[in-house]
Amino acid sequence: MKINYYGFKAIYFHEMDRFRRTLGQSLLSPVISTSLYFIVFGSVIGGYVQKIDGISYGSFIVPGLLMLTLLTQSISNTSFGIFFPKFNGTIYEILAAPISAYEIVLAFVSAGATKTLIVGFVIFLTAQFFADVQVQYPLLMIFLLVLVSFTFALFGFLVGLVSKDFEQMSIIPSFVITPMVFLGGSLYSLDMLPEFWQVVTYFNPVVYLISSLRYSFYGISDFNIWISVGLMVLFLSVCVIIVSILLKKGYSIKS
Amino acid sequence: MSENQIVINDLSKVYDNGFNALKNINLNIKKGEIFAMLGPNGAGKTTLISIICGIVKPSSGKVTVEDFDIIEDYRETRSRIGLVPQELTLEQFETVFNNVSYSRGLYGKKPDPTHIEKVLKQLSLWDKKDLILRKLSGGMKRRVLIAKALSHEPKILFLDEPTAGVDVELRQEMWNVVKSLREIGVTIILTTHYIEEAEEIADRVGVINQGEIIIVEQKKELIKKMGHKVLSVELQEEVKDIPDSLKKYNLIIGSNKMSLAYTYNLKEKQTGITNLLQDIKDSGLKLKDLKTEQSNLEKIFVTLVKENNEN
Repeated sequence: MKINYYGFKAIYFHEMDRFRRTLGQSLLSPVISTSLYFIVFGSVIGGYVQKIDGISYGSFIVPGLLMLTLLTQSISNTSFGIFFPKFNGTIYEILAAPISAYEIVLAFVSAGATKTLIVGFVIFLTAQFFADVQVQYPLLMIFLLVLVSFTFALFGFLVGLVSKDFEQMSIIPSFVITPMVFLGGSLYSLDMLPEFWQVVTYFNPVVYLISSLRYSFYGISDFNIWISVGLMVLFLSVCVIIVSILLKKGYSIKS
Repeated sequence: MSENQIVINDLSKVYDNGFNALKNINLNIKKGEIFAMLGPNGAGKTTLISIICGIVKPSSGKVTVEDFDIIEDYRETRSRIGLVPQELTLEQFETVFNNVSYSRGLYGKKPDPTHIEKVLKQLSLWDKKDLILRKLSGGMKRRVLIAKALSHEPKILFLDEPTAGVDVELRQEMWNVVKSLREIGVTIILTTHYIEEAEEIADRVGVINQGEIIIVEQKKELIKKMGHKVLSVELQEEVKDIPDSLKKYNLIIGSNKMSLAYTYNLKEKQTGITNLLQDIKDSGLKLKDLKTEQSNLEKIFVTLVKENNEN
């Protein structure tokens, strides 16, 4: 057995099955909360906000809110995916199986990314009810969504791997990702900020992700989109290196 | 492959906190045997099993399974092994059938509903196949763990305390399952606290204490070698003191003063029973009945561990 294809498939579908069993929590909940943003910020407040670069405010915020969902969902899906077996002890079975550490990671990350893309797709469809959403570069949009979902699913795996309890698991999504998305131009254009805060914002990597996704929708961006693609690839590489080191050491699971 | 299916050489494990769980373990497991590993809590039984199965990393030493190294050829070794853990660790919301099928997939085997059905029927779980695991009793969950371990048709089965907290009926059923697995050539290694379990089903017994193997022996040999027998001599009349002519036998007067107990060792050529009976007759005591009692594995185990702790 060179590659444990059935093992990969078992973990992948096991994770997807969990998603199916908890549709209310894993799909409905993010869709409803994002829809509330669309209603409150897009439809209600958006009516009083002038167009940004010729785009209505309701449409302008769609890529940012989509990115918010992608980042938080991909991290939480995979971090829970690996943390749960650690927590309830069923990890023994994965560790004792003839499956390589890399196959394990790939299976969890693929499942996490798939779940995220499903949620993202449903939110994208929902957005059509609240705003005029156009996609100028659909292939670029799909590429960005897939890249972001996989990269942050891997980051989520890392979070789940090193977390010792549920509190530690929620620190990154709640205290790092959500503020970075909100302060990263998801609900406003960077031009609206005073010059000092614009400079500060440049240090927020999520700004580049939102900006490039918005470019794929409306063809407008504060930056060259390849900067954000480069940053994503860099972040993905860092995650791969850290996960590899942890796996070599016993992935914080094996003693 | 030699007759030894698992070969363990100089295996040691020191955990990060400095605890030395295993000290230079050398042990061979033969193909098709039932090997029982006895030992008190913290002796290193679970660590040893966990290393062979790939859950814990060894600090030093080498383990091979059918001549494959557990580190370099882990896919080969692990695909041959099934593990039933000590704790009832199961997904809560999955059905029995799906969860057992998941285990088969993890071990790299093509889906085979017929085999899963066979295993579930063998463990009296077939009528529960669509129940979610959370709704099962402790005993049923234990069976599911065994079903999971058998889902990929392993050649070697590790059972870590398989009958801990299990009622007598289920324990008997599990012993029957173990015996039937042996009949189809599966090698079984079990750890247990219940000496009677080892006595009932094991071919060989190993005693582990403080990370060291104290003894490995055929069960019957061990009982024969280490076991003492007690001859109980019942008398027709009460005896208050041991007569001088019988003092050399170190007899113990029974609590009702109507019997004498004589302990002897089967290993010795002469047990002294003939002389004892002659001397009892000469001393004027009248015999009513005789019976002998073999000391069991439990007494041997306690003696071995006690001796090892004293050394």
